Amino acid sequence: MIKYIIRRLLYMIPVLLGVSLIIFVLFNVVSGDPTAVLLGKNATAKQMIDLREQLGLNKSLFAQYLDVVKSAFTFDFGYSWATKQEISKMILQGALPSLCLSAPAFIISTILSLLISIFVAYYRGKGIDLFVRVFCIAGMSISALAYILFFQWFFAYKLGWFEISGFEASFPELISYIALPAIIWIVLSIGPDVRFFRTVILDEIYQDYVRTARSKGLSEIKILLQHVLRNALIPIITYVVIQIPSLILGALLLENFFSIPGLGGMTLNALNASDFPVMKAMAILSSVGYIIFGLISDILYTVADPRIKLK
Amino acid sequence: MTPTSLLSVRDLVVEFQTGEGIVRAVNNVSFDIPLGKTIGIVGESGSGKSVTSLAVMGLLQKPAARIPQGEIYFNGQDLLKYNEDQMRSIRGNQISMIFQEPMTSLNPVFKVGEQIAEALRIHKRLSAKEAWEKAIHLMNQVGIPNPSVSAHKYPHEMSGGQKQRVMIAMAISCEPQLLIADEPTTALDVTIQKQVLELLHKLQQEYKMSMMFITHDLGVIGDIADDVVVMYRSNVVEKNTSNNIFMGANHPYTKGLLACRPKLGANPRRLLTVSDFMTEEGQEKIVLPERIQIFDKEMVEDKSEKVLLEVQDLVTQFPIKGGFFGRTVDNFKAVDGVSFKLKKGKTLGLVGESGCGKTTLGRSILRLIEPAAGKIIFDGKDITNVNHEELRQLRKKMQIIFQDPYSSLNPRMTIADILTEPLKIHNEGGSNSQRIDMARELIEKVGLKSNQMNRYPHEFSGGQRQRICIARALMLRPEFVICDESVSALDVSIQAQVLNLLLDLQEEFGLTYIFISHDLSVVNFIADEVGVMYAGKIIEMDKASRIYKSAKEEYTRALLSAIPKGETKNSSGLMV
Repeated sequence: MIKYIIRRLLYMIPVLLGVSLIIFVLFNVVSGDPTAVLLGKNATAKQMIDLREQLGLNKSLFAQYLDVVKSAFTFDFGYSWATKQEISKMILQGALPSLCLSAPAFIISTILSLLISIFVAYYRGKGIDLFVRVFCIAGMSISALAYILFFQWFFAYKLGWFEISGFEASFPELISYIALPAIIWIVLSIGPDVRFFRTVILDEIYQDYVRTARSKGLSEIKILLQHVLRNALIPIITYVVIQIPSLILGALLLENFFSIPGLGGMTLNALNASDFPVMKAMAILSSVGYIIFGLISDILYTVADPRIKLK
Repeated sequence: MTPTSLLSVRDLVVEFQTGEGIVRAVNNVSFDIPLGKTIGIVGESGSGKSVTSLAVMGLLQKPAARIPQGEIYFNGQDLLKYNEDQMRSIRGNQISMIFQEPMTSLNPVFKVGEQIAEALRIHKRLSAKEAWEKAIHLMNQVGIPNPSVSAHKYPHEMSGGQKQRVMIAMAISCEPQLLIADEPTTALDVTIQKQVLELLHKLQQEYKMSMMFITHDLGVIGDIADDVVVMYRSNVVEKNTSNNIFMGANHPYTKGLLACRPKLGANPRRLLTVSDFMTEEGQEKIVLPERIQIFDKEMVEDKSEKVLLEVQDLVTQFPIKGGFFGRTVDNFKAVDGVSFKLKKGKTLGLVGESGCGKTTLGRSILRLIEPAAGKIIFDGKDITNVNHEELRQLRKKMQIIFQDPYSSLNPRMTIADILTEPLKIHNEGGSNSQRIDMARELIEKVGLKSNQMNRYPHEFSGGQRQRICIARALMLRPEFVICDESVSALDVSIQAQVLNLLLDLQEEFGLTYIFISHDLSVVNFIADEVGVMYAGKIIEMDKASRIYKSAKEEYTRALLSAIPKGETKNSSGLMV
C-alpha cells in the first residue's frame, strides 16, 4: 500500500512534465505575442521589446519551457501581469472565500442527494420515485443563470433575507453572504447527483446477494443501508472525490455573480485581462489537484471494497 | 393436508405481468413435504420450479408477480395470509434457502463470518460475539477448514465449493425446519457437487430438517430425495417416490429426463431426448427401437489416418507481478508441457476441474492466448509463430464455442447479423443476400427456424442460444472446433439435444472437435479419446471406450466416482 502510494506519487513527475508541455505550447508557442494585447494599439516598438524582456519572452523556447516546468514543481508561479501581485499569494487569498462557499455547499448537497436517492430507491417504481425523478430533470433543465437571477431578486431583494452580493470573511456575517450562492449550488447539483446515486443503488438492488439477504429475513431498509450501500460505494466515491479539486478552484459563475473574491472570480478576471501567468498557475494547480484526489479515491476504494488491493 | 406435512402447497397459481400480457408460471401446483423428508422438484428452466420456491419464501417480486389462487400451509398456517413482517420472522429462521450461484449470492464486501452471523443476530437475538462464535462453529460443521481463520475471509478469497458451504452454513444457522435448495450444485464441478450433496444429506439428517431440493437433473437427487415432483411447463406432471421414479416413471417427460443424461460406458449412437418420449403436444410416444440401440465406438472402422492437429510440449504461462514497479517475478504455468495428436474427424475430450488449465489449453491452441513454448501443428503447418495476417486466415478453419450462451452473443445484434458477421470479417460468402442465405441454411441445420433470423438473442432460450453460437462457429465452414464447456450451462434435457446436434454436424461436415468439460460422462459420450487434465498436465489419456473401465490414475477414478449415478440407494440400474 505504502509502496503503491509512493509509486503513484512518482508517476506525478511524468504527468506534470506532460502538463507543463501542453501549457507551454498553449501559452508560449501557439497564443502568439501577449505584449500586443497588454500594451494596446499605441505601443512603441521599444516598449514592446522592454516588456518582452521583463516578461522573459525573449529567452529561448527551451528556457521558457523550463520556467513552466519549474513552476509546476515549486508552485512558484511568478507575478500576475495584471495586478503585479505574487500569484501564489493571490491563490492563497482566493482559496479561503472559494472554500467558504464550496465546502459547505458541496457537503450538504452530497449528503442530501444520498439521502434522497436512498429514499427513492426504497420506494422504487412508486409514485414518489417518479415524482423525484421528474423533479430532478426539471431542476437540471433550468439554466443556472435563471436560478441566480430569481434567487437574488426574490430572497435577497424582495424578502431581504440575504445580501445580494459581496463577501465578509468573519463569522457569522459570512452566512448572509454565502447562504444564497450555496443554496443555488445545492439546487443545481441535487438533480444530477440524485439521478446518479439512484442508478448506482438500483444497479445493486437486483444483485443475487440482495436476494440472499432477503432470504435471511432482513428488513428492506437494513438491506439498503447495510448491504446495498456498501456495494454502491465505489462509483459513489469516484463521483464525489473527483469533484473536490474543483471546489478549491472555485465556482466561476457563482463567485462572479455574487462578487465573492475567490479563485473562480480570479480566473475569470485573468481570462479577461489575458493574464497568462495566472491562467497557467490555475491550469497546473487543477491538474495537480486531480492527480492527488485520483490517488485518494483509489486508496478509498480499498477501504470500501476488500476485493481491491493496491500493489 | 396430511397431519405430518410440514409444508403443504395447495393449487398454487403464480402469474407474471409481462409486456406481452399475463404469463402463468405456476399452474395449480400441489405437493406436500412431510416432516424430516426431502422432496426433489425436477424440471427444466422455465418450468416454474424456482418460482414455486420463491412463492414459499414470499420473495416473489411484486407487483409483477401475483398469486391469484392457492394456499401454502407451513405448520398448519397459510403463509400467503402473512404480512411482510410475519414473513420476515419466518425467512432465514424457520424456512431458509440456498441458491444456485454461490459466486454472486454472497455479499462481496462483508466477511463470510459476518454474513453467517447476521441471521443469528436478527432471529436469535445473539450478541455480535456469540453470533460470531456460532458462525465459526457452523463453518466447522459444513466442513470449511480452519474456520476461525476462514470466517475472516471475504467471498472472493474462497473457491466456489467453499462459498456454497458458507451459503449452507448461513441457511442452517437458525436451525430451520425447512431448507429450500435451488439448484445448489449446478454451478459446481462434478467432484464438488458430490461433496455438497453429501453434506446437505448429512445435515438434513442431523438437524431433522425437511428439504425441498430443486434441480433440472434427476440424476443428482436419486441419493437424497424421498419423493420427487416433476414439473413441466408450469404444471406438476408426476409425483412419486424416488424409488418408483427411478424404477419406472409414469410420465413420458420423466422418462425422457431420466434417459437423456449420458451414461458412463455404452450409450446409444445419439442420446435419447424428451422428444423421443413425448410429442410437442405432450402425448406419449413409443420410443423407436433403433434409438435405444447401444452404439459401440470401437466397432467403427478407423478410416481417418490424417492428423489434423498436433500439439507438442505446449506451455502457457501467466506472469506473477511483484516488486516496486510491478515487474514479472515469476510465472504461473497454466498449461505445462501438453502433447497430443488429433486425427481429422475425431473428437478429443479434455476433462478436469476448474483451474486445471483445460480452457487455457484450448485458447492457446487457437492462439487466443500466446503460448510460451512448444509447437502447434495444424494441417501440417507449424502455426506457433505465424504472423497476425496468416493467423487471421487460419482462424477461418478454427472456431470456438464458449460456455455461456447468455453472454457470448451480442444482445444488440439480430441473429442474422450475428451469423453473417464472421463472413463479413473474412470477406467471404459473396454478396449480403448470399450470406443471409447461408445463415438461413445453417440456422435450420441447428434446429431453429429461418423466420427467426431477425430476432434478438434475448428472445431465445439458453439451449436455442447455444445452437446460435454453434451456427455462428460453423458459418466459415471450419475444419476444427473447440467446444469449451459448451453444454455445462444447459439443462440435462437440452444438453442431450446439443450433444446430438454436435455429433450430427461432425458427421455431415467432417468436423474435428476438442471438447472441454468437467463432466466425464459427457466427454465419454461425445469423444473418441479422452485426456484427463490436472495442474496443467494431461495425466492420463485413453480411448473413451476404455477410460471409464480401466482408469489408471487415482484422480481419474475420483472424477468418475463423482458422476451422479442416476439411481437411488435401493434401485440400481434403471431403464426406459
